[in-house]
Order: sequence, then C-alpha cells, then structure tokens
Amino acid sequence: MIDKLNNKKNKIYLNILLAVIFAIIIILLDTERIGDNYIRRILNLSAIYTIVSVSMNLVNGFTGLFSLGQAGFMAVGAYTVAIFTVPLAERAKIFYIIPQNPVLAQIELPFVIALILGGLLAALVAILIGLPVLRLKSDYLAIATLGFSEIIRIVFTNAKSITNGALGINRIPPMPTMWVFFGVAILSVLLIWLLINSSYGRAFKAIREDEVAAEAMGINLFKHKVMSFAVGAFFAGIGGGLYASLLASVDPKQFYFTVTYNFLLIIVLGGMGSISGTVIAAFVVTSGLEVLRFFDEPLTLLGVNIPLFRPGFRMVIFSLLLMILVLFFRNGLLGQKEMSWKLIFDCFNKKKPRKKTDKGGTAQ
Amino acid sequence: MTIELFMQQLANGISIGSLYALLGIGYTMVYGILRLINFAHGDIFMMASYFMVFSVINFNLPWYAATVVVIIASVALGVLLEKTAYRPLRNAPRMSIMISAIGASFLLENLATYLFTGVPKGFPDIKILTRAVNLWGVSLSVATIITPFTTLILLYVVLFITNKTKIGMAMRAVSKDFETAKLMGININKVISTTFIIGSSLAAIGAMLWGSKYPSVYPLMGVMPGLKCFIAAVLGGIGNTTGAVLGGFILGMAEIMLVTFLPSLTGYRDAIAFIILIVILLVKPTGLLGEKVTDKV
Repeated sequence: MIDKLNNKKNKIYLNILLAVIFAIIIILLDTERIGDNYIRRILNLSAIYTIVSVSMNLVNGFTGLFSLGQAGFMAVGAYTVAIFTVPLAERAKIFYIIPQNPVLAQIELPFVIALILGGLLAALVAILIGLPVLRLKSDYLAIATLGFSEIIRIVFTNAKSITNGALGINRIPPMPTMWVFFGVAILSVLLIWLLINSSYGRAFKAIREDEVAAEAMGINLFKHKVMSFAVGAFFAGIGGGLYASLLASVDPKQFYFTVTYNFLLIIVLGGMGSISGTVIAAFVVTSGLEVLRFFDEPLTLLGVNIPLFRPGFRMVIFSLLLMILVLFFRNGLLGQKEMSWKLIFDCFNKKKPRKKTDKGGTAQ
Repeated sequence: MTIELFMQQLANGISIGSLYALLGIGYTMVYGILRLINFAHGDIFMMASYFMVFSVINFNLPWYAATVVVIIASVALGVLLEKTAYRPLRNAPRMSIMISAIGASFLLENLATYLFTGVPKGFPDIKILTRAVNLWGVSLSVATIITPFTTLILLYVVLFITNKTKIGMAMRAVSKDFETAKLMGININKVISTTFIIGSSLAAIGAMLWGSKYPSVYPLMGVMPGLKCFIAAVLGGIGNTTGAVLGGFILGMAEIMLVTFLPSLTGYRDAIAFIILIVILLVKPTGLLGEKVTDKV
C-alpha cells in the first residue's frame, strides 16, 4: 500500500487531502462548532509563534546569523498596530495621564495597513542595527540584538505620549475570525519558503556554510546578511502586530527579551534550517507551554503534596529542555531536512526492507 | 551644580565603572580563549549575590567567612557550567555553543526564580563596607571608595597570572591558536577551567561590592550588568584584560554623567551602553586596545 502511495500523483492527492482536513478543522473551530475559546486562543497564538519562529529560522537557521532581537521586532509591530488601529473615540480614555501625540491622535488606519506598516518599521529598525553590526563577526549581532530588544522596551516605557508608557495600550479591536491569524501565517511561511528556494535563499545557505567560500563565489555578504535580517524582522513585526490584536492590549513587559527564548526553543526543536520542522515545533511548544501550566500549580497525589510543583517549575523544565536539546539532540526534529511524504514513508518503512534483505534480498 | 555633587557623582561613576570592569574581565578572558560570549556570566554574578544572602542571613556567617564561601561556591558553579554546558560542545558549530550559553543563562535565572522566588531579597548589610565616610565635604560609602582599588589590584593579579605564570603562558597560547596549542601538549581543558575559575571568582567579588551599593537581589539582576560588562569588554578590545577594565571605567562614567547632566534622560540610562556598542562597532570594531584580527582560511 505504501508503495502505491509513494508515487507522485498520489502524493498530490495526499497533500490536497491534508489541506482540506486542515481547512475543515479550522472552519469548524472558527464557527464554534468544536473546541472552546481557550483552544482557539492557543491555536491562534501558535499561528503567530509560527510566523515569528520561521522568520527567526530564516536569519539563524538559514543564514547562520545569531539574532536574538525577535521580541524587540515584535514589539515594534505590536505597538504600530496598537497605536494606529484603536478607534479615535477611545484614544482619550487610554491616554488619560499624558495625552497622545496630537499628530498620532488624528490617524486611524485599517488593520491590514497598520500590520504591514508595523512589519516595515521593524525591518527599518533591523536595517539600522544591521548596517553597523553585520559588517563584523556575527557574535556581536547576538549582543546587539539582545540589547536592542531591551532598548526598545526602555524607549516604549519612556515615550509616554506615543506608547502610553508602562500602562500600555488596550482596546485594540479584536479580529473576527481565526483566518486572520492562520491566513497571515500561511502566507508568511509561503513567502519565506519561496525566498529560501530562490537564488537569494541559496546565497543565504552558502553564507551559513562558509562565509569565505561564499564571498569567493561572488556573493555580496553584507547585502545578503542585511536582507535576511531585515526580512526576518519584517515578519517578526507582522507576528507582533497579530499578537497585539490577539491579546487586545500591549504593554512593554510583554516583550521582555526572554520571549525570544521561546522562539529559540522552537527553532532548535524543529531543526535549524527546516521550515516544516519549525512549523510543527511552533505548535508543539506553544500548546506544550500552555498544557504544562499544571507544573506551576501545587500537585497533590494520593493525599501527598508533591514538593516540586510550585510556581516557576514550568520555566525550569522549559530551559532544561532547551539545554538537553542543544547538548544531545542538536539537529532537533528534522535538522536541515523538510517534512515530506517520502520522509514519513521512509520512517514507517525503515525496518521492513531490512528484514527482507536479511531473508533473501528482495528489497528494491 | 555644586562641585561637591559633581565630585560625588564622579566617585560613583568610577566605582560603578570598576564593577563593570570586574565582570568585564570574566567575559573578555572567556571570549579570548573560547571565542564564546559567556551569557551565563551575569547569572553567576546573580547566584553569587544569593550565596552571600544565604551565608550571612541564613547561616549567620561573619562577612569575611561568607566571602570565602561565596567565592568557592561561585567558582564551583562556574566550573560546573563549563563542564556541563560548554565542554560537550567543544567541536560543535558556534551557533550551538551560543545557544547552550543562552540556555544555561536562562536555566540559572529560572532556577533562581523557582528556588528563591522572584521577590527581591535584601543584601546583607556589611557594616564595614556600607559605612559613610566624609572626604573633603563629599559623603561616600566605604564600598564606593575601595571598589576602584580592589579592581586595580585584581587586574594586577590577573595580569600577573596571564603574563608571568606557566598556566598564563598556556592561556595566551590557547587564545592565539587553539589547535596549535593543543598540538604543543597544552591541556586545553585545564586552561579553560582556570579561565572560568578566575572569571567566576571576580564575578563573586564584584557581586559583593555591587550588593553593598545596590542592596537588592533578584533572579534577573545579572542580565543588565552582564550585557553592559560584555559591551565594556568589546569597548576595550575583546580578549584584552586591561581593555576590559578601561572599557568598564568609560562605560560607568558615561552612564553616571548622563544621569548627572541630563537628568531628564535618566530612564534611558540602560540604553547608553548599547549606543556606545553601536558607535564603537562603527568606528573601531576591534575596540580601544584590541589588535586587528584577520580571518585565516
């Protein structure tokens, strides 16, 4: 049966089948026929994390630059959406301590335009950081981007007439359907996938493998690094914008730089340099982090209070997991491979053909 | 502004600068040898503060005994960190080692939150360090005065170790060329462990002086000082011990002067370090005292 499935035409059918099943599940969830708000929220969050993680993988996994600024870029996108999409009538209620900047207080943009603007602003910031830092060894990029995500938080906390300071901005209009999150996620992943399989993408991978050799082949290192970094920031900004509308409020504390470590865990788990791995890991990690919330609750088993379970335990597990992954399973789920039907069938077939060869060599 | 206030802020700047310098030495030495940003260095500093809190407040040790305990515990932690998080990845790609460093840092922070809760603890009041002294009309704590001298003495000790001892010669050899040093029969693991021992003990001493100035201990207290001290090391020229101290002093002074002369920008105090980083990377990427490094193919 598996051999039949393994030809090209059937694979296309399988892909279509999978897409249809996926669409039906989302439609059922979206029309509130199955699941509840909690599940919808986790899935939407997973979709957002997918966008940000795939964008981070583009920079870290495919171009080999170690960037830790994802939380900061998300903050730029999230605040852009927050500032421009809150209805004008509501503004005075939010900015009740220090009035909003008079120019900004006049402008209200549709969600889509604000979202794209957020992405573009994040990309602009990335270029500004990238221009000095990307000329050097990428070690400095880690510290500069980590520092940047702290600075952006400091700026957003202090620029009260624009961002409402530590109080944050709430009353961001919510999205009517899950398709906003899933649609943007699918589109983003598709665009990044196309970029990676273009000549630019091949240049990125060449830079990752060996900078000196890539340069000798005529690849403009600086241009491609800035490009990858800016595109990554753009999609992180888009993810941030969606995050703002999912939570309906933003404040600087949401974008503490440790948020970036979530995405780091996702790309390490999925495989640095694998988009499909990242997508799977994004859903696993996001729902995992929610499901594991019981680690933070005191647990009583058969009348005995188990002492390990108290607030903070979940994050200890989380960071241990990251360490174990990088120390022992450096390739993650898929390494640099992509998920395909062949990979799945090979996985199922692994033992059978070998047995056959042992008996009489009938395999292939 | 009165001259007294200025002198006071100057002393504060020098003292905070020398604290940055103490931590910066740890970063610069590890980077010099392993070419690795030891993200967990700031968290060793944080753990050292907690060790001090526990040994003085919970175990009632006198401060000098506690000092010894804290240094030993921090060194043990630093060596353990190197053995578990960095050594297994010695031949792995750079990215994996960096992720491991971040994971270790994150683990220490979360472990501290889990074990000691996120509520800030008070640093023990060491009378001999927090006593105020009046110098020419300027009131300073003893900690503020002795910090720069401690840093300079420790810098001298570190320079003595790296320049005059056998292990120091091995360290210099390893930082010049890892592979060749290995071929010459240098025990790489011993050299790296020594580096972590020196770095961690300096972080522990830094933590004690820091605690006397800012007596609040919480799990994320090491993050900002850690990032800034790495920037201090980059500013001075990464890999260069004297450079790290110089960079620390400059960074500390820049911060305090910003707060003194432009009080409206106090909220941006933490941002100045990163602006300095961007500027130095644009103007002189090798740092003030760094040597030019060329890529070998």
